[in-house]
Amino acid sequence: MNFEFSDEQEELRRQARRLLADGLAKARGALDHGASHDAALWRQIVDMGWPAAAIPEQQGGLGLGPLELCVLAEETGRTLAPVPFATSVLHATEALKLCPADPLAGATLGRLAEGGAIATVAFAEEGGGRWDAIPAARVEAGRLTGVKTAVAEGSYAGFAVVSARAADDEDGYGWWLVDLDAPGVTRTGVEAIDCVRRHATLAFDRVPAARLGGAGEGAGLVRDLLDRAAVYDAFEQLGGAEAALAMTIDYVKTRQAFGRPVAGYQAVKHKLADLYVKVQLARSHAYYGAWALLNDVPELPVCAAGARLAATDAFTAAAEESVQLHGGIGFTWESDCQLYYRRARLLAAALGSRAVWSRRLAHALVAHGVGVA
Amino acid sequence: MDFKDSPEEASYRERVRHWLAENAPPFEVPPGTPADEEAYMHKARGWQARKADAGYVGIHWPEAVGGQGGTPIQHVLFHQEEERFSLPTIPYHVGMGMCLPTIFTHGTPAMMERFVKPGMRGEELWCQLFSEPAAGSDLAGVRTRAVRDGDDWVVNGQKVWTSYAHQSQFGILLARTDPEVPKHKGLTMFYIDMRAPGVEVRPIRTMLGDAEFNEVFLSDVRIPDSQRLGKVGDGWKVSLTTLMFERFAVGGKPAQAPGVGDLLELARARAGTADVLDTPGLEEALARFYVTDQGVALTRMRAMTAVSRGDVPGPEASIGKLVMAKTLQDMSAFALEMMGADAIDNRPASAASRYNYWYMWSSGLRIAGGTDEILRNVIAERVLGLPADIRVDRDIPFNKIGSA
Repeated sequence: MNFEFSDEQEELRRQARRLLADGLAKARGALDHGASHDAALWRQIVDMGWPAAAIPEQQGGLGLGPLELCVLAEETGRTLAPVPFATSVLHATEALKLCPADPLAGATLGRLAEGGAIATVAFAEEGGGRWDAIPAARVEAGRLTGVKTAVAEGSYAGFAVVSARAADDEDGYGWWLVDLDAPGVTRTGVEAIDCVRRHATLAFDRVPAARLGGAGEGAGLVRDLLDRAAVYDAFEQLGGAEAALAMTIDYVKTRQAFGRPVAGYQAVKHKLADLYVKVQLARSHAYYGAWALLNDVPELPVCAAGARLAATDAFTAAAEESVQLHGGIGFTWESDCQLYYRRARLLAAALGSRAVWSRRLAHALVAHGVGVA
Repeated sequence: MDFKDSPEEASYRERVRHWLAENAPPFEVPPGTPADEEAYMHKARGWQARKADAGYVGIHWPEAVGGQGGTPIQHVLFHQEEERFSLPTIPYHVGMGMCLPTIFTHGTPAMMERFVKPGMRGEELWCQLFSEPAAGSDLAGVRTRAVRDGDDWVVNGQKVWTSYAHQSQFGILLARTDPEVPKHKGLTMFYIDMRAPGVEVRPIRTMLGDAEFNEVFLSDVRIPDSQRLGKVGDGWKVSLTTLMFERFAVGGKPAQAPGVGDLLELARARAGTADVLDTPGLEEALARFYVTDQGVALTRMRAMTAVSRGDVPGPEASIGKLVMAKTLQDMSAFALEMMGADAIDNRPASAASRYNYWYMWSSGLRIAGGTDEILRNVIAERVLGLPADIRVDRDIPFNKIGSA
């Protein structure tokens, strides 16, 4: 039994921590300067091969597995570093990997592995905001028309995987690859709840689109992508939750009230103990999800939904209580609490609500049973 | 990362499985409160002896003290497999988990010789005389006095919540030998013969209606100094070393306690032909309980990774019991909610009786072996490094501390 990362993966974590040591300051810097992301830091990340990590070697990647991505997701989540890692690597790259036989997906993975391009996914539309809703966007004669909302890094990403329907999709829908610099694409920046990770609304007016995978496969692909993204995002959430908790513990140990550190009051201690418990449960579920991804087990939907819900609980609670325990200072713009508070809310919403995931989990439990542990 | 056993672990588990399949079934008992205590104890003794003879008791204890000299992970693996059966192991938990390790860690070679083997075989049952009416979570506040008289100690006081005291031959006793020093420093550990003159055991009926708990009155009980465990005044330290052994339980759920799968089964049975997920509140409840219940099981597996490397579980093992006990209470309550008025029928073998049993029992679990509140303090202070609570009695001689 070995329920932890390998020495090599821990070494990768140490490298990532060194590289992202001032990630939070960089997040603040990007925010203050209105920058979409920290291009210099992203270049370093590309040089270290992170975008290539989990791309197969025949497509120019490093051929590492999902566990390496989990480690990197946790470390980027910890510092809120302003780079398109989650969007481009954890979501868009994984989306393309779900279309293994598609030559276009393969070629695009090659470009992502080189790090020359940044990709995003554009599934949600006005009204439902769900990745897995049947899209109104349509493709006719190879040209996409429609509007996608809440597209992460949408103001500057080079291309996107988009869900849309064509005449031959019948009841389902398909996935399409779109060059976002093509004529007919209108990008409108969105003032998002998370002001570090930039979002945009993308309007497409007869923009050339190339189909990925087969007709009507989109719903199944989104389902599989959601399971994968749930595990990776759980690690990102876990990193954020741990950072918010650590920051809060440091603060209450220093802050004095009524003649002693606030950390000495039982009401505060018990709250922090409960947060620690939530973070530990989230870590255990995240590892279970990672194991399920690595081994591609049939109960992946159970493990993924468990990881998603536990991580959302942990990050939400840690971010909320970190503001609370910092007191008035935690409510100020200058406090880093707000950055974690915003990121926690973004990640709680991006892949779908708690209710959506509770439903997915309940269905998966009915289908697969409670699991191995 | 791998959930599977290592080759060594797998072969040990296989051996254990094989042995249990052949030996456990004759000793199985129905889950819930034992109807006939004598019959239950008879089975418990038999099962304990069978295990001891096969080398499955004291698996990770050193050979020098009578154990098997095995690894901690072997101990955990055996108990995982044993939990798959409904076996009468409860009476021996305290002896195996706390008392005998205290004897062989702090006792003399003669004590080891005399007690360890009979204890392991279940020929003698042990209880733990720690808690008192005014010393539960504040265990160092015990008032039971042991006063030196020549080669003997004379003990007076009252213990409470003593599981299986009425069946036990021996008990380990934490007593105050010096009230003039601060409370942690004036304690000494002994073992006592439960049949000694002056020991009176009175059963306490719990809210479940059973009586495995007792209060124990000690009136001028004479204990020879040779029954002391550790030095005079070292009782607190002696009691803490046994915690190391207790933590190998790592906050596991009691065998036979309901889980998320049981809720689903119950919902299925009640839904009949309708979609089970149409049961009101079920989706949200399954998700919530799965996250906590399965989360504890997975956290235990992470702790086992450390155990399989030879590490001792740390204070973070406290989260297991904290989460498990409350989740068990919530899950049982939800199951009973699903049953509506049928939940009221608590007759044995009724659909509701199992959940009613665990609903009651979980309230005890949240108190026994560290209350939720104490466990949160342990996590806050020993895992997160937050300051200890202010203790106004800390440096004051015990007999100067005000009492209610």
